[in-house]
Amino acid sequence: MSFPTFSRREAFAVAGAMAAAPVRGQTVPTLLNVSYDPTREFYREFNAAFAAQWAARGNQRPTINTSHGGSGRQARAVIDGLGADVVTLALAYDIDEIAGRGLLARDWQTRLPENSTPYTSTIVFLVRRGNPKGLRDWGDLLKPGVAVITPNPKTSGGARWNYLALWAWALRQPGGSAATAEEATGQLFRQVPVLDTGARGSTTTFVQRRQGDVLLAWENEAHLALREFPQAGLEIVYPPFSILAEPPVAVVDQNVERRGTRSIAEAYLNHLYSDEGQRIAAKHFYRPRHADLLRAAGDRFPTIELVTIDGAFGGWGSAQRTHFSDGGVFDRIYRPGR
Amino acid sequence: MSAATQDPAPARIALVLLGAALAAAIFLLPLAAVLAEALRRGWEPAWTAISDPDSIAAIRLTLLVAAIAVPINAAGGIAAAWAIAKCDFAGKRVLITLIELPFSVSPVISGLVYVLLFGAQGYFGPALRAYGFEIIFALPGLVLATVFVTFPFVARTLIPLMQEQGREEEEAAATLGAGGWQIFLRVTLPNVKWALLAGVLLCNARAMGEFGAVSVVSGHIRGQTNTMPLHVEILYNEYMFVGAFAVAALLALLGVVTLAAKTLLETLTARRIGEHA
Repeated sequence: MSFPTFSRREAFAVAGAMAAAPVRGQTVPTLLNVSYDPTREFYREFNAAFAAQWAARGNQRPTINTSHGGSGRQARAVIDGLGADVVTLALAYDIDEIAGRGLLARDWQTRLPENSTPYTSTIVFLVRRGNPKGLRDWGDLLKPGVAVITPNPKTSGGARWNYLALWAWALRQPGGSAATAEEATGQLFRQVPVLDTGARGSTTTFVQRRQGDVLLAWENEAHLALREFPQAGLEIVYPPFSILAEPPVAVVDQNVERRGTRSIAEAYLNHLYSDEGQRIAAKHFYRPRHADLLRAAGDRFPTIELVTIDGAFGGWGSAQRTHFSDGGVFDRIYRPGR
Repeated sequence: MSAATQDPAPARIALVLLGAALAAAIFLLPLAAVLAEALRRGWEPAWTAISDPDSIAAIRLTLLVAAIAVPINAAGGIAAAWAIAKCDFAGKRVLITLIELPFSVSPVISGLVYVLLFGAQGYFGPALRAYGFEIIFALPGLVLATVFVTFPFVARTLIPLMQEQGREEEEAAATLGAGGWQIFLRVTLPNVKWALLAGVLLCNARAMGEFGAVSVVSGHIRGQTNTMPLHVEILYNEYMFVGAFAVAALLALLGVVTLAAKTLLETLTARRIGEHA
């Protein structure tokens, strides 16, 4: 276990303590990034890098705060008034929801390069060492006696990617149809003993409490678990096919206008696309958008066939409506205690 | 001598042992585990975790919230107990039920109602925000949620005592020409001061430890809206187990000290009553 470097953070927090009460006259600029669960370690490092870079450009060194949790829950908090200057969530639909309440423009996703997604990820399997249940592909997860750990798609973005990856896989099987996909997905969720609200909770359930045979995890979260728990006896299995997970970022217009933080908020997100931002992302096992950096990372990011949300599901709006809204497919297949 | 002490010795011993074993398994063991986890790598890392600026901010915020919420509840609790024990009015039962409401409602609901009222999409949220008042995801929201959850403690401690004491002394004071405030300060308050202190301490212990309601209205911003119980969760989720358990141990310690103070108080009161009898 490693503690963050305190010298730097101490400086931040002293500044933060001085600005404990909301200071209107604003001496130290502050920025709130409301993010999803597995980005904690990545943004801790990125925030320090950005603060240094922003200060080096002749500005006062900013205090950057973050809040983490299940992506859906975080979006809800921003809608309810959590003053996020930027949101960096697990999937576009959660930002669409915020945009739907008028907090930012509906075309937010066109404002930054690459669909406003500076880094991507995918869904992999984290299993016990030696892979005792022989789990190589999605079909193996449905075998009787395999206990699967995943968070709840209602509250967790990662879980929605998990669900859709399985769905897309089932559609591609011989004779695959919406009916067989629904059956496969229903089968999988019947084999889930613990349904946490966020990705990090599921990782803890799988790694610390040793529940289940396989964790469906963000690629970065799986690698982080390996690094944090070298003694836990874990290994990562890349299925031959998975989904391209695009966790997008956006400036929350209404909040930055109110707080006068637009320029720093935009600089913060742009820095994610810089060489430094991309390198930190890759270090924390997010797939960088810069092709040369991705290549340089080599076998850190194995090439597997990745289906996209737009290609396989017609975008997040339609996927959310069909699968995850109230009365959608997930509500139909998931009945606890059955 | 009461009947209980005349039970046959083996039965008495068995009962005491059972009670002690249950208490040890349910309360002491987890407490010991928290301490052991916190100090697994010695004092140094535990201390580093507690003196981390974010932890200190969480400790300060927790104490601040309790320092605001507990006096509010003490005043409210005294007023409610006074009304119920010393006055006759229609709807007394309704008031008693209302006071107990926070005990029966899940803390998560207590948090959510404030989001519903004061959130950006809530009934009063937009108007308040227009004037620059932030309730939810800020200190006022944390205080409101804590006040709601811990309201019954003072009132519930005072009501039975005040009812038992009756109103004779107050009536005597009134016939001697004392005014309302005088009666309250010279007669009622001295009669209940120990119970009041006990209620306040209990209220304080709960206020510092509240998780559910506070979690809903916090926003989980480190160094700003993160109380100790929420900070424990964050540290735990970031694989900083020593830190999580160190802060948890400190929180438990605050609770234990509060309870010890309450027990000491009760012992002293019992002795005092014994002397009087």
